[in-house]
Amino acid sequence: MQLHRYDVVIVGAGGAGMRAALEAGQRCRTAVLTKLYPTRSHTGAAQGGMCAALANVEEDNWEWHTFDTIKGGDYLVDQDAAEIMAKEAIDAVLDLEKMGLPFNRTPEGRIDQRRFGGHTRDHGKAPVRRSCYAADRTGHMILQTLYQQCVRHDIEFYNEFYVLDLLLQDGAAAGVVAYELKTGEIHVFQAKSVVFATGGFGKVFKVTSNAHTLTGDGMGLAFRRGIPLEDMEFFQFHPTGIWKMGILLTEGARGEGGILRNRDGERFMERYAPTIKDLAPRDMVARAIYTEIRAGRGCGPDADHVYLDLTHLPPEQLDAKLPDITEFARTYLGIEPYDDPIPIQPTAHYAMGGIPTTIDAQVLADNDTVVPGLYAAGEVACVSVHGANRLGTNSLLDINVFGRRAGIAAAEYAGATPHHVDLPTNPASFVDDMLGRLRAGAGTENAAAIRAELQESMDVNASVYRTEATLKQALSDIAALKIRYQQVGVSDRGRRYNTELLEAVELGFLLDLAEVLVVGALARNESRGGHSREDYPNRDDVNFLRHTMAYRSGPLAAASPEADIRLDYKPVVVTRYEPMERKY
Amino acid sequence: MTVVDSRPAAAPGPAATGPAPVTVTLKIRRFDPEFAAEARWESYQVPFDPSDRLLDAIMWVKWNVDGSLALRRSCAHGVCGSDAMRVNGVNRLACKVLVKDLGPEITIEPIKGLPVEKDLIVDMEPFFDAFRAVKPYLITDDHEPTRERLQSPEDRARFDDTTKCIMCAACTTSCPVFWNDGDYFGPQAIVAAHRFIFDSRDAGADERLEILNEREGVWRCRTTFNCTDACPRGIQVTKAIQEVKRALLFRRL
Repeated sequence: MQLHRYDVVIVGAGGAGMRAALEAGQRCRTAVLTKLYPTRSHTGAAQGGMCAALANVEEDNWEWHTFDTIKGGDYLVDQDAAEIMAKEAIDAVLDLEKMGLPFNRTPEGRIDQRRFGGHTRDHGKAPVRRSCYAADRTGHMILQTLYQQCVRHDIEFYNEFYVLDLLLQDGAAAGVVAYELKTGEIHVFQAKSVVFATGGFGKVFKVTSNAHTLTGDGMGLAFRRGIPLEDMEFFQFHPTGIWKMGILLTEGARGEGGILRNRDGERFMERYAPTIKDLAPRDMVARAIYTEIRAGRGCGPDADHVYLDLTHLPPEQLDAKLPDITEFARTYLGIEPYDDPIPIQPTAHYAMGGIPTTIDAQVLADNDTVVPGLYAAGEVACVSVHGANRLGTNSLLDINVFGRRAGIAAAEYAGATPHHVDLPTNPASFVDDMLGRLRAGAGTENAAAIRAELQESMDVNASVYRTEATLKQALSDIAALKIRYQQVGVSDRGRRYNTELLEAVELGFLLDLAEVLVVGALARNESRGGHSREDYPNRDDVNFLRHTMAYRSGPLAAASPEADIRLDYKPVVVTRYEPMERKY
Repeated sequence: MTVVDSRPAAAPGPAATGPAPVTVTLKIRRFDPEFAAEARWESYQVPFDPSDRLLDAIMWVKWNVDGSLALRRSCAHGVCGSDAMRVNGVNRLACKVLVKDLGPEITIEPIKGLPVEKDLIVDMEPFFDAFRAVKPYLITDDHEPTRERLQSPEDRARFDDTTKCIMCAACTTSCPVFWNDGDYFGPQAIVAAHRFIFDSRDAGADERLEILNEREGVWRCRTTFNCTDACPRGIQVTKAIQEVKRALLFRRL
C-alpha cells in the first residue's frame, strides 16, 4: 500500500473534474484521479452545445433560461440553484472561449447559437437560439480544451487509478482508496478536501448512450459509506439513440430542423407539443415515441422504432453543423442521411439524481448537514438543477458552473483547514476485502451474465414507462442478481491490468444503484418529468413536490443482499416560479 | 482455440431475431509478462450480428471465453479514442469498424511502436509526452476582452480539421518513422500543434514552430500517408504536417 497526501483530491477527469482541477490546482496541492485517461471521459461524447443567454443572435436573457430549466425539470428543480446556473452560464461559456474552445461563429465573429429542446423565448413563446456549440462535437471540444488547460497549468493526474472507497472520520472527509490498474497496487490518498466528479451510471440499462465505464462508482461508494442519494428514480432517456445500439444522435439535429416521423411519415410531435413540436423536452419526446410505437405507428418490420428525418436539410448544413452524427449513421447503419431517414429509439442517457449537494458543491449527509471536506459536481451530483428532467445542453453547463464552484470551495476549505483528518486504522481494509473476495470467489457466477440480465430487466421494467408491477419485477430481479453476485469470481489471477476484476467491482455499483433507482420509483406514485408511472399518470404536487432521499443501512459490502434502503424526502426550493401545468 | 456454437445470455449486441448468427475467427496477439515472457497468438470463434462492432466481438471473448483478455475501451462509438488497435495489419478503432466488413478471420494486435503492457494495452505515456511537448494550449499576448475574442467563420475553418483529434494514437503508431525512432514527436503531436498554430486567436506559433524544427520534429516526416489512412476521425494528417513544414519554411525565409 502506498500513502499520498494532498490538499485536494479530485476523483474523475471529465468536464466537472478538470474544471474543478483548474481552480483547485492553482490554489493548493491537488491531484486528479481517473480510472481512464482524462481525454477518454464521456464528456467528450456530448454533442449539441452548452446553453447560455449570450443573446448573440437574438434576444435572450438568463431569467428565461432559469424558467426553462425549472419548467423543463417539471418543477422538481431547486430554483435558487437553477438561477445561479443560468446566470453563471454566460461567464462559463466566455471562460471556455478564452481558454481556446473553438466555438462555431456568426458572420460577425461572435459565438454562434442554435435552438435546443425546451429552451424558449419569453417563458415558452417560441424556441430560442441559446445553445453555444462547436458543430456536433461540443463535449469533445470542452474536454479537449479543459485538458489542454490542465497541461498548461501542470495539473497532476493519476491515470488509470480506480477509486473504490471513500474514507470518512467522524463525519468528515479524510481521503479515498484507489486501485492502480497497471500494478494492482492499493493507494491511499489522504486529503483535506475530496471532490467527486465521477459521472453517471447509464450502464444499468442495456440500450444506452453511456460508455462502458459509466458504472456509477462515485455514487455507489459514497452510498455504501452512508451518504444519501437524491432523486435517483429520475433517469433521462434521450429520444434519439441509434436503434438498438443506443448511440447518441444530438438533439441539435432537431435544433437544425430535423423532424421525427412515424411509419406514416407523420410529424407526430405536432400532436404532443403544438408550439415547439420536435423541440419539446426529452421526457415528452421519449414518451411520444413509445406512444407511437405502442399504437402500431412505429417503423420497420417490427414497428419498433421511429425515424429522425434530416433529408430535407441541405447536405452543406449537415456537413457543417452535424458532421459526426451523420457519420455515425453511415458507419453503424450504412445509411446516407442526405437521402434516408435514420431509425432511432430512446436511449438511457443521464442521471438527474445523485449525491445531494449545496450550491457550493458541498455534499449533504441529510437534508441540511454538510459533510466537511466532501464535494461533488457534474452528473454524480444532484444540486438539483435538473429536477425531474434535464434540458439538453444543461449538463455541459452544469459541469462547468458547478465544477468550477466545487474546485474553488474545495481549495478554500483546504486552505482554511490546518490539519488533515486522521485516517482510520487499516484505511484500505474494505477494498482489500472486496478485491480479495472477488479474486478468491467461487467463480460459479459470471459477472458479464449478471450484468446482461440486470440491463435486460431494467430496460423492460424501469425505463421510460413504469408501473408498480414492472418495478416490483425489477426489484425481485435485482435481489436475485445480488445473491448471485456473491458467487462471482474472476479468472484472471494476475495483478497487471486486471480489467476483469474491475468490471466485477463495477457490477457491484450497478446492482446497488439499480436498486436505489427502482425503490425510489416504486415509492413515487405520480408521473413527473423522466419518471412516468402508467398507474399514476398525473403529477401530484400535494404529495410529491419533494426530493427523494435514499439512505442505506446494512453491512459494508458490495451489492449486499442484507442492505436496506430507507426513503426520506426533502423540500424543493421554490423562489419565483409556482408550479404550473407543463405544456409546450 | 475455443469453439463456441451458440451465443449465451451475456453476449453483446442486439438479440438475434433472424437466422442463427454466423461466426468469425478473431486471432488475437496475447501477452502478459507476469506469466510468460513471450507473446502468443490465440484464436477465438465468435458469433456476430451484422450490426456488431469489432469491439462487441472482442468483449464477447472477454465476457464468455477468457476474462483475462486486456484492452482499453470506453465510449464504444469512436469518440473517446481508447480502443485503437492493429486490425488486419492497419490501425483502427475497434468500436468504429463492423465485424462484417473485416473478413472471416480478423487479426488483432496492439498498436505498434509503444511498449506493450498486456495484450492490447500499450504504454501511452511516451505518446502523451510528445503531445505535451508542443505546448498544446492557447497562448495569447493581448488583453483579455470582456466578451469573447472575435473570430471570423473563415478563420475558424482554417484549423477545424485538426480540432477533431481524439488522441487515440492510431496515426502516430502507424508511422514507420515513429516505429524506428520513438523520439520522433509523431503525427499526433504535430496535429495538436497545427490546431493552435493556425488558430487566429493564438500567439504561440513561433514557440511551437521552434520546437517542431528540432531534430525530433516535423522534418522527420517522410510523407507516407499512413497517418492519414489510419485516422478514424478523417483528419488530413499528412496535409496538416505539410502545412506546418511550409509555415516553418516561410518563417525561416
